[in-house]
Amino acid sequence: MQTLDTLLPGQTATIQEFTDDFLSLKFIEMGCLPGEKIKLSYIAPLGDPIAIEVSGYLLSLRKQEAATIVVKVNPENNVESCVI
Amino acid sequence: MSSKVPHISIALIGNPNSGKSTLFNSLTGLNQKTGNYAGVTVDKHYGSYKFKGVDYKITDLPGTYSLYPKSIDEEVACKALLSEKDSIDVAVIVLDSSNLKRHLLLATQVIDLKKRCVLVLNMIDEAEKNKIVIYKEDLEKLFDVPVVQVNSRSKKGLNDLREAIAAAKVSDTIFYDFEKQKQLLPSNDSYQRIIDSQFQENKSKIKEFELADNIHRFAKIKYIIAKCVKQPEQLNKSITQKLDAFFTHKFFGFGFFFLILFIIFQFIFYLAEYPMTWIEEGFAQLMTVTADTLPKGRLNDLIVNGILAGLSGIVVFVPQIALLFFFIAILEDTGYMARASFILDKVMRRFGLNGKSVIPMISSVACAVPSIMSTRTITNWKDRIITILVTPLISCSARLPVYTLLISIMFVGKKSIGIFNYQGMVLMGLYILGFSAALLAALVLKYVLKTTEKSFFIMELPVYRKPQWQTVIMLVFGKVKVFLFDAGKIILAISIVLWFLTSHAPNNDFEKLEKIAILNNTSGQNLNSQKLEASYAGILGKKIEPVIKPLGFDWKIGIALITSFAAREVFVGTMATIYSSGDSDNTETLREKLVAEKNFETHEPVYTKAVCWSLLIFYVFAMQCMSTLATTYRETKHWKWPAIQLVFMTGLAYLSSFLVYNFLS
Repeated sequence: MQTLDTLLPGQTATIQEFTDDFLSLKFIEMGCLPGEKIKLSYIAPLGDPIAIEVSGYLLSLRKQEAATIVVKVNPENNVESCVI
Repeated sequence: MSSKVPHISIALIGNPNSGKSTLFNSLTGLNQKTGNYAGVTVDKHYGSYKFKGVDYKITDLPGTYSLYPKSIDEEVACKALLSEKDSIDVAVIVLDSSNLKRHLLLATQVIDLKKRCVLVLNMIDEAEKNKIVIYKEDLEKLFDVPVVQVNSRSKKGLNDLREAIAAAKVSDTIFYDFEKQKQLLPSNDSYQRIIDSQFQENKSKIKEFELADNIHRFAKIKYIIAKCVKQPEQLNKSITQKLDAFFTHKFFGFGFFFLILFIIFQFIFYLAEYPMTWIEEGFAQLMTVTADTLPKGRLNDLIVNGILAGLSGIVVFVPQIALLFFFIAILEDTGYMARASFILDKVMRRFGLNGKSVIPMISSVACAVPSIMSTRTITNWKDRIITILVTPLISCSARLPVYTLLISIMFVGKKSIGIFNYQGMVLMGLYILGFSAALLAALVLKYVLKTTEKSFFIMELPVYRKPQWQTVIMLVFGKVKVFLFDAGKIILAISIVLWFLTSHAPNNDFEKLEKIAILNNTSGQNLNSQKLEASYAGILGKKIEPVIKPLGFDWKIGIALITSFAAREVFVGTMATIYSSGDSDNTETLREKLVAEKNFETHEPVYTKAVCWSLLIFYVFAMQCMSTLATTYRETKHWKWPAIQLVFMTGLAYLSSFLVYNFLS
């Protein structure tokens, strides 16, 4: 089981499920739904928080929050040239 | 709000960053006001416009992502939309056309409330630039309400919007999850009831419904998007991407942030000084003229030294507030603020602070008043309260004259060791002390303060946009007005009390002193000194002497502590009066007098190193500023918080000064 906080910059994945009830409500209204494709855009210079691309916009979240999102890394994924 | 003239009340509702405020400004122009929602510290923006002979009252609700609120701002928006008292006739749902999917969630929810609605496809130019095509007619059919394409920045489509608002209707479409509602919330037979009930009932069932309902809605939205929107596979966000690579870079990102801080600091610390001097000089002239024009007497004194002096003390804050908010508005409007918050979150989080706490904290090196006002950008309640509470610990510019005077007494004759200047080193030490105290206090408060609001950092990083000057200017004006009228009232009241304390004495003591002065041919300076000693403030200063004696302070310092509650730098002026050293701008003579001052009984110098250090430390920590307290009240809407500030900071100051004094003497 892989969670969102372990993705590398440029990697894409699909949201599977959430492990925190309260945060899941927030994530869903922000357009992070199970089945939705996401991409880790970049990581803050101090290693936390992270910025992901979802539903056509950029969302930032802390690693501990990202750890409550279970994802499946897309197989065709090769880590793209990182933006930063 | 219910005036007798018939009018239509409309509310703008939309996600944060949907361009709602710009649209509001475009619709109302200058016919707008800023107020406050009852009981909470959320700004209320309302205004009006006339269209085809009908009056429209318009409220710009705080941005929200859905009708299931996750923060105080969002709760205010939801409650205001449902409120019976404000009775919103038309809900204008503002959407970012370039990011429809997420924005449509709230739209479907508002439609389900069965109010008259209009959908606004805002920022349509941006969507066009990104090659997104929206089939307006299809959207209109599916939502069954008027849909308007608007670019609130160039004001394109505004007239269509006004037409649409006049033609708004209740939609026949229903988006909500009817099956789930029957299963989980059978007692609520309409969506409006469900939304209403989350503010009263047991929330666990509603949370369960929310989850199912929003997933259900997004499934419908997916269908709507497929039918009504044509967009390229890969979204063109290259400018934002490039800028982000720079602004969140390890070196350039922090470098740029510190550059921004430096510029803001220069402006509010140095540039603001000019208009502040003009205001002070202007008021001084006005005071002289008024004093000469009005008949002599108590009323004259009250107007000149009570009211006008108090007003001067309020208006003098305006340049710093205006400049700080000018920068903050630009940073917010361009989308940079979210990035600053992003790169600093990890450091600030440790201290119970927020990435957005940095700008208020740095600004308070100039003045805590605008800084506390600028904490509005921190949406999390606890982070915001902590920032407000600790900000005044950072040494502000009003402390500088006090520091300079005391340090110069301590180092008479001594200049430096090697290349290091003593005075400069002590001064720097005091600033560092203030900063460390603020961070430590934040750390303590992080564990002490309890909150029901969950803290999270799930935040949109909006695309970069050019700042809207109208939005920036309106914000600056709004903030200045709020300060002048809300915090200003309290500051004026306290200044009048302080004026009374220093200018009145029991038993006609002043007249006796004046008579004696004429007999003995006492100089004006000496008379003023004697008067201050005889005044209520003087009596109070003597009364508190036993309390401040353990810190090494005598009653003369006691008087200065009381009067400098108006503003810390008043300490210098009061000391000048007490020691009859004349002009408070010329501290040279005052310094000499203080150095020469000997204890009445022991004939030892009063201003020993221990006393000076003790007094310095006291001024680093003590909450010696009524304007800060008034602003904290205005920004928290509760006397509890300024009271905590006062007790906690003064307590810390007392304890530290006590330790320092006893250690050194």
